[in-house]
Amino acid sequence: MSAAGVPLSWYLVLAALLFTLGAAGFIFRRNIITMFMCIELMLNAVNLTFVALAYHLRQVDGLVLAFFVMVVAAAEAAVGLAIILTVFRNRASVQIDEVQALKD
Amino acid sequence: MTHSFVPTGVELLRLSPEILLVLAGTLLLVLEGLTGAKRGRELGRLALVALGAALLASLAAARQPGLAFSGSISADGFATFFRLVVIAAGLLVALFSGPYLRRESAERGEYYALLLYSVAGQCLMASANELIVLFIALETSSIASYVLAGYLRADRRANEAAVKYFLLGSFASAFLLYGIALIYGEAGSTWLGQIRAALAGPPGSATPLAGAAAAFLFAGFAFKVSAAPFQVWAPDVYQGAPAPVAAFLSAGPKAAAFAGLLRVFMTAFEPVSASWEGIVWVSALATMIVGNLAALLQSNIKRLLAYSSIAHAGYVMVAVTAHSSIGTAAAMFYLAAYVFMNVGAFAVVSYFARQGERYVHVDDLAGLAWRQPVVAALLSLLLLSLIGVPLTGGFFGKFYVFTAALEAGLVWLTVLGLLNSAVAAYYYLRILVVMYMREPSEAAADLAAPPAPVRAALWASALATLILGIFPSTVLEYASKAAALAP
Repeated sequence: MSAAGVPLSWYLVLAALLFTLGAAGFIFRRNIITMFMCIELMLNAVNLTFVALAYHLRQVDGLVLAFFVMVVAAAEAAVGLAIILTVFRNRASVQIDEVQALKD
Repeated sequence: MTHSFVPTGVELLRLSPEILLVLAGTLLLVLEGLTGAKRGRELGRLALVALGAALLASLAAARQPGLAFSGSISADGFATFFRLVVIAAGLLVALFSGPYLRRESAERGEYYALLLYSVAGQCLMASANELIVLFIALETSSIASYVLAGYLRADRRANEAAVKYFLLGSFASAFLLYGIALIYGEAGSTWLGQIRAALAGPPGSATPLAGAAAAFLFAGFAFKVSAAPFQVWAPDVYQGAPAPVAAFLSAGPKAAAFAGLLRVFMTAFEPVSASWEGIVWVSALATMIVGNLAALLQSNIKRLLAYSSIAHAGYVMVAVTAHSSIGTAAAMFYLAAYVFMNVGAFAVVSYFARQGERYVHVDDLAGLAWRQPVVAALLSLLLLSLIGVPLTGGFFGKFYVFTAALEAGLVWLTVLGLLNSAVAAYYYLRILVVMYMREPSEAAADLAAPPAPVRAALWASALATLILGIFPSTVLEYASKAAALAP
């Protein structure tokens, strides 16, 4: 199907693996920046899926969708890093376990 | 589908509430830059005017229902209903935010600008008819509310709330997006109508991919509405965020996310309902149980209201499980009632907490009825509505939800849901008992009368709750008409 002869399913499986890795990293890592990077990995897995599908379906839609995802990811990164920075200023730590003051 | 990229006048009218809110938010930011950050109060008034104008714009848009922007926006009755609900919630929150922010010396235009952006995102979520528009709307609403949760930058609790909300919110967005990607692969389109057409093929033609996409999308929405098992963020975020922001987060984003969930699952994924019914059933039950049981143990009132809002998401989820147009109408009615009673209750908390939120424990409310009888009476009305006592909006909300569930044959879910709402009565009544039966505590003793904006917000939400409880049929009729979603 594709020019280089790599079947669509390979791309989809790779994307699913990346997504799973990202989700697992988010759950098991304790550094807030690393957790945030894991979310970015998940978003890139989604982008890979979109682009591979767009190529397979011979549509431009999926490529455009990937751009939208990138824009949103950039906005999220701007806000997220700012929030992480304020946490670091107040606590001098970016370990999620040390950000646990809210309990009843 | 039109191929002109220049929007016509009527298309702009159908999107006018969102356009207005975004322009007003940007105007606030510019004005704040020009006037030098000392004009928070005036900018707050401007935000109220903008929200009022958006309310009128939604009504104007409702007179010309239809699609816009190549069908990616649908300004139908369903969209109008949720637009009115989320804008009203934003209006109430903007109203009682003023006194709170002045007390913390933090009233700036950016707060109101973020509020307007978030409401704009929620309005768009209610009218989105295409998955990427829905995603952009959800992110517009969410990104603004991450900042709002951490608005008091120097406050350690607010920081923690913001970082947790941000991390889990973005995690949820990734799930939602993966669901969109999968359904794009299955249906070759992100338009809800085309997805429905693709999934409605001969039986057996839908692959497991559709079911997986439905599960991922559901997980993404469940995070946003704080439904189990994705509810863990809600108590921490509501407790740590400033009280008016907690009010906002518990109302608008939740109603809007339910709007998105209902529209996607009642139109695009309706043909494969067998693949998601079970998930929603389990989630509805778990959400009710987790919310109500945990709320029993809380002594912090913001945390208590957080668990209560989780439980209420569970009741709405029961209506989603019914997946009929009666169920959709019931969910719409329930969310309208819930938004008013919850925002009203948080308005009291934001006023009672005093500077730095010192008084946020249930016991601090002791003897409130002797010091501020009107506030106590209005809060009692809202709490009775949260329990679901007749003559309040909450009663009819529950009534319609469980009626819809019974008509869909969900007998067990109805029985367990009713048991749950009986359990819930205990923790709401405890607040009533503390307010009326105890000697005034130190916290209630030196309490000043509520400022006018708080009074106005409280009266408005109490009246809305009463009106929904005494004349429910008007709203329900509108909701029933709007619930027949055109794919």
